[in-house]
Amino acid sequence: MDMALELRGIDKRFGDVHANKDINLQVRQGTIHGIVGENGAGKSTLMSIIYGFYAADKGDVLVDGQVLDIKDSKTAINAGIGMVHQHFMLIQNFTALENVILGAEDGIAIETSLDKARREMERLASEYQLNVPLDVPVEELSVGYQQRIEILKALYRGARILILDEPTGVLTPQETDHLFKVLASLKEQGTTVILITHKLREIMAATDEVSVMRRGEMVAHVKTADTNQEDLAELMVGRKVLLRVEKGEAEPGDVKLAARHISLTDAQGVKRLSDVSLDVRAGEIVGIAGVSGNGQSELLEALAGIRNIDSGEMYLNGETVTAGTAIDPEKVRQLGVGHIPEDRHRMGLINTFSAYEAFVLGYHRDASYNSGVLMSQKAMIDDCRAKMESWDVRPPDPFLKTANFSGGNQQKLVIAREVEQGHDVMLIGQPTRGVDIGAIESIHKRILEMRDAGKAILLVSVELDEIRSLADRILVMFDGIIVGEVPADKADERTLGLMMANIVPDEIKALQAEVSA
Amino acid sequence: MELFNSIIVILDATLRNATPLIFAALAGMFSERSGIVNIALEGKILISAFFGASAAYYFGSPWMGLLAGVLSSVVFAQLHAFATVTHNGDHVVSGLAINILAAGLTAAVGNYWFSQGGNTPNLAFGDTQARFTPITLPFADQLADVPIIGGIYSELISGHYLLVYLAFAAVPLCWYILFRTRFGLRVRAVGENPHAVDTAGISVAKTRYLALLMTGILVGFAGVYLSVAVTAQFSPNMSAGKGYMALAALIFGKWRPRTAMQACLLFGLLEAIAIRSQGAVFLGVEVPVQLVEATPYILTVVLLGGFIGRSVAPKVIGEPYVKERS
Repeated sequence: MDMALELRGIDKRFGDVHANKDINLQVRQGTIHGIVGENGAGKSTLMSIIYGFYAADKGDVLVDGQVLDIKDSKTAINAGIGMVHQHFMLIQNFTALENVILGAEDGIAIETSLDKARREMERLASEYQLNVPLDVPVEELSVGYQQRIEILKALYRGARILILDEPTGVLTPQETDHLFKVLASLKEQGTTVILITHKLREIMAATDEVSVMRRGEMVAHVKTADTNQEDLAELMVGRKVLLRVEKGEAEPGDVKLAARHISLTDAQGVKRLSDVSLDVRAGEIVGIAGVSGNGQSELLEALAGIRNIDSGEMYLNGETVTAGTAIDPEKVRQLGVGHIPEDRHRMGLINTFSAYEAFVLGYHRDASYNSGVLMSQKAMIDDCRAKMESWDVRPPDPFLKTANFSGGNQQKLVIAREVEQGHDVMLIGQPTRGVDIGAIESIHKRILEMRDAGKAILLVSVELDEIRSLADRILVMFDGIIVGEVPADKADERTLGLMMANIVPDEIKALQAEVSA
Repeated sequence: MELFNSIIVILDATLRNATPLIFAALAGMFSERSGIVNIALEGKILISAFFGASAAYYFGSPWMGLLAGVLSSVVFAQLHAFATVTHNGDHVVSGLAINILAAGLTAAVGNYWFSQGGNTPNLAFGDTQARFTPITLPFADQLADVPIIGGIYSELISGHYLLVYLAFAAVPLCWYILFRTRFGLRVRAVGENPHAVDTAGISVAKTRYLALLMTGILVGFAGVYLSVAVTAQFSPNMSAGKGYMALAALIFGKWRPRTAMQACLLFGLLEAIAIRSQGAVFLGVEVPVQLVEATPYILTVVLLGGFIGRSVAPKVIGEPYVKERS
């Protein structure tokens, strides 16, 4: 079979970082080719080179057997390469049509291009099940629709090689299934698809062949049919990995954290939480599942004292807080409720701080870090160094800027900081977002150790696998409400996926009726 | 009738006052929509006013003045682009630098050329008319005595400089360019998400340079209007904050042509009322001239600060676009 795309000896450095080392890759015409690797393995850099976003230092890109000098994205587009980026490249206040024609307009006035694009969109919609509302600003559409617009954009430009970078991170399982169906029908029509992901299950489900990257190198090429998740994980990490943590039965104690009918409206006047109630007991992990943006973040932030609730009350480790009570994150921490925020860059760390400075954030008033009016540098540094050792943060250098640690090590810094305070209740958001498989394993172990030590843990994650392997009970959120509760042993992917779209299967309804009776 | 005449006079002044603001606000719209903060409108007005008046005097033609004025502000706008796009400079700092440069350069060169304390010579000398003169529309004279219609048509609508009519014609034209052409689509896109524009195969830098070219052309009309039409002479710092007022009107008008024009008209009206009420006695005390003159500016602050609520700026305004990570 012919090669749609071939890479020969691609090499790229960013300063000291050797992002791609002598990469060779062959992608067959009309196949779905997976590329897996941990974060920072160099997948995105490689794709950016193919798409003309970065120039390679060395090596050749061949499209349809011809060497192509890809100077910019335009060259790539003209050669029939389309890309669906992980962070959508859409203009949020443009309609789908405007986004589709941007850069592919015919003529000075856009009227005719819009008409042409409308006809083409309607054709593609029926052919590949890619319908989207064409005349609504993109910002009002769900991420699933936005992703379809990205695919449509590429097809409108005549893409014969479609690259998708981590396309499923923001989708529900049903949306993911739909995406894979679309990709399959594109493949039938002769389009070559390159799927970049770190989710091994998706590689197994969707691809024909798979290439594995590790630390900037291409370490393996295999047929998907000849491999399995465990082998791929080992290739990615370079050692054996436990994909699922071992865990014993939970022994729930008293209720340590509760919410009673809380509601929250944000600064734009959008209702984010409506009448949310939940309990978390000592020694259990309650997971909150849901597609990102359905109120999970606001729930965490309300419980952590960052946002004020409009109504209802919260019970935080012995203290009752009603709507209107002045509360702030520091007070919540003093009550023994720790918070590992969802987004370490936005809330967990200050990127320009040294590790030891980041390590005292929020606890900077702690007597052990202070002597008189001055902060004790030595105390902070010693403490940071000790905890870096015990949490295996690499490199264990308290003076290194937080921005220069890898995602997994940054996350360990945040988790170590909060966990080492010995709080009774932990609010944990996306503990392994952007974290390597190896580090995920150790973070999961730590969370389970906390549970077994009798902490009450509320875990918010958009990774269903994570929720399913850690949580003892799972609550599903949709549009600011809790759709329902699923015991961990009943939590298969289909059930959770339906509930994430606000459809409660009868089986779960029956269970809930039983509990409330 | 007395009241009617007063209103006509005030509205007439409103149109005149709003004209430079409209040109400058439309100019700012292209730059800000493309993501470049344009605090430098003030300096660009001043530069084009100076070179416009100088060229008009030298060639004895207002049209040469217009050409030179527009060219000079285009050069300054491209200089602004060079600083902010090519070198990723801070938009506000480079904009302020342009304003300071314009204020100093015009006064210094003006003094060197004409030795009149920075002023250019008066453009209405002898028989040669090197300035723009008001245009009388057809039938304006005949209709002047017809009640109401005569007042509105002959006084209010007729008898303005050509540039006044151009300013109002530029509003729908700029709307069309911004919302119905490929160039406009790209300008709006680049101010919202330059990354997306780049991946669509369009040069972010080129789009921004072109947007600033539009800015230079439009703001040139504002400057030339002041020096070659209204006062028929350049004097140092004659822009007197109009660039900032235009910027305020642009924000007030939510970065859209029609609403920005309305804001300019409001500011023009306030200015007209202020001038007219000089010397007015209020509660037995004469209203200080300074207070009256300050009114439009005070109202700008108040309106922007409290009344109109939040207006949503282009998303990446003020942020340099850097592609390669280092």
